[in-house]
Amino acid sequence: VNRFGLTFAVPRGALLDDTLDALERIGVDTGEVRTNDRRLLFGDLGIVTMRPSDVPTYVEAGAADLGIVGKDVLMEQRERQVFELLDLGYGGCTMVLATVAGDPDPAAEALRRLGVMRVATKYPRLTARWFEDTGRQAEIVEVKGSVELAPLTGLVEAIVDLTATGTTLRENGLVVREEIVASTARLIANPVAHKLRAEAIDAVVEGLRGGAGGRRGD
Amino acid sequence: VIHRIPSGTRDVLPDEMRELRTITDALRGVFERHGYGEVYTPTIEYESTLRRGDGGVQPAYRVVDDHGDVLALRADMTVPIARVVATRYQTAEPPLRFCYIAHAYRQVTPHRGQMREFLQAGIELVGSPGAAGTAEALTVLCHALDAAGLEGYRVGLGDASLYPALLAGLGVDEEHRERLLNELATKDFVGLEREVRDLGLAADDADLLVRVPQLRGGPDVLDAPPGPVADALRGLRDVLDLLEESVAGRCIFDLGLARGLGYYTGAVFDVYDPALGEPLGGGGRYDELLGRFGRALPAVGFAIGVDRLHAALAGEER
Repeated sequence: VNRFGLTFAVPRGALLDDTLDALERIGVDTGEVRTNDRRLLFGDLGIVTMRPSDVPTYVEAGAADLGIVGKDVLMEQRERQVFELLDLGYGGCTMVLATVAGDPDPAAEALRRLGVMRVATKYPRLTARWFEDTGRQAEIVEVKGSVELAPLTGLVEAIVDLTATGTTLRENGLVVREEIVASTARLIANPVAHKLRAEAIDAVVEGLRGGAGGRRGD
Repeated sequence: VIHRIPSGTRDVLPDEMRELRTITDALRGVFERHGYGEVYTPTIEYESTLRRGDGGVQPAYRVVDDHGDVLALRADMTVPIARVVATRYQTAEPPLRFCYIAHAYRQVTPHRGQMREFLQAGIELVGSPGAAGTAEALTVLCHALDAAGLEGYRVGLGDASLYPALLAGLGVDEEHRERLLNELATKDFVGLEREVRDLGLAADDADLLVRVPQLRGGPDVLDAPPGPVADALRGLRDVLDLLEESVAGRCIFDLGLARGLGYYTGAVFDVYDPALGEPLGGGGRYDELLGRFGRALPAVGFAIGVDRLHAALAGEER
């Protein structure tokens, strides 16, 4: 495996490159992961790659000792029994409530006149919590694909989604109405590995904390 | 025809039952050898009785009986045994030793493979205070796991009062204490560090609050420099001094260990095995629970999840 003897769950997608850079800095060879984007399991490197929202699943079960995942995923899967060890600083983005641009805000209008707004999201639990916490009624529509499509077709009045630069929202004529929470990449650990592999895990934490990733911020 | 059963429940068929029986027989044998008599209590009790174990796991399943009384399924065996001690052993000379192999019932999150009904094997040692009682419970725990044939396990040992005492010692107010303990309970060290920085403490004190709950490892973890941490660790060092070598060798010290149950007052422990991704059991001191039932006696106990132990044994075979 790698020099720590630990298995890392690594998310494919937006966090992949920064994650591989961070692992490289602490001495985990990631060359093969960069050159082979079809393979998922790199047993000789101690790396398993997967869809980001699967990372907590693998780490909770102990199929991976450590994982890198966005705080957005952790907030959506709050019940997962994993240790959150470190804010890695990269992958900065914001969970926002967005609607079609213009005045009046169609979501606010729906709430005012109908008492409820329809909201499309890939994060139904986080969204439900946000509306409960702010004391408003919302009908949450879970979608799997492009969320931006939903308000443009009249399916919903608003969306809750993650945005880094706001480009996709702008291109679809949407504007941010509320910023819900900021998210960055986090290092998580399996609860048993955290106790039984304490030294190796602390070495990873120290290495990553000292790295550029820990300071870059969002 | 398929007749469904509720999620989180299951049928045990003969092949599995034989294996489970081998495990529970081994555990029961060790419990009995150490003087722990087996008890059996009603699966269903008055909800008000179970709720007296305030702060523990609350019962999840209730029914109203034909007299209008609310009955509930027990969420663990610790609270029913506290009731038994207070009502059936009012004048008995402590210490009292009980063991059980019994089902308990908890609420589950859908689709998570959690069990509503699960088998626990454990002991309660009532009226044996402090380090001596804790050391005895740890000894029985390790002997029981040895007898079941588990090889790679470790017992994480911490103290539920350690972090609250540290916070109180640094003058952290009630509201912030709650928030910090909540971050610790949800195992969010990023959140913990953020909350600590918000307190505006001196840098050394803030570092202490961030670092201490992440300390875990061999006995050297207990070698804190003189100060509030060293004071808080004295209890754990006393326990360690009383353990026989084979048991001490199984222990790892974990200053951040926070078990979910609210009734723990001192030493707490969790059992880990590299073959299983989650703790397979645990326990601790609950010196105030019995008082709520009218017989104030210090106590300590543990419960092993029999299905988890079975899974760990199967995992170790691979």
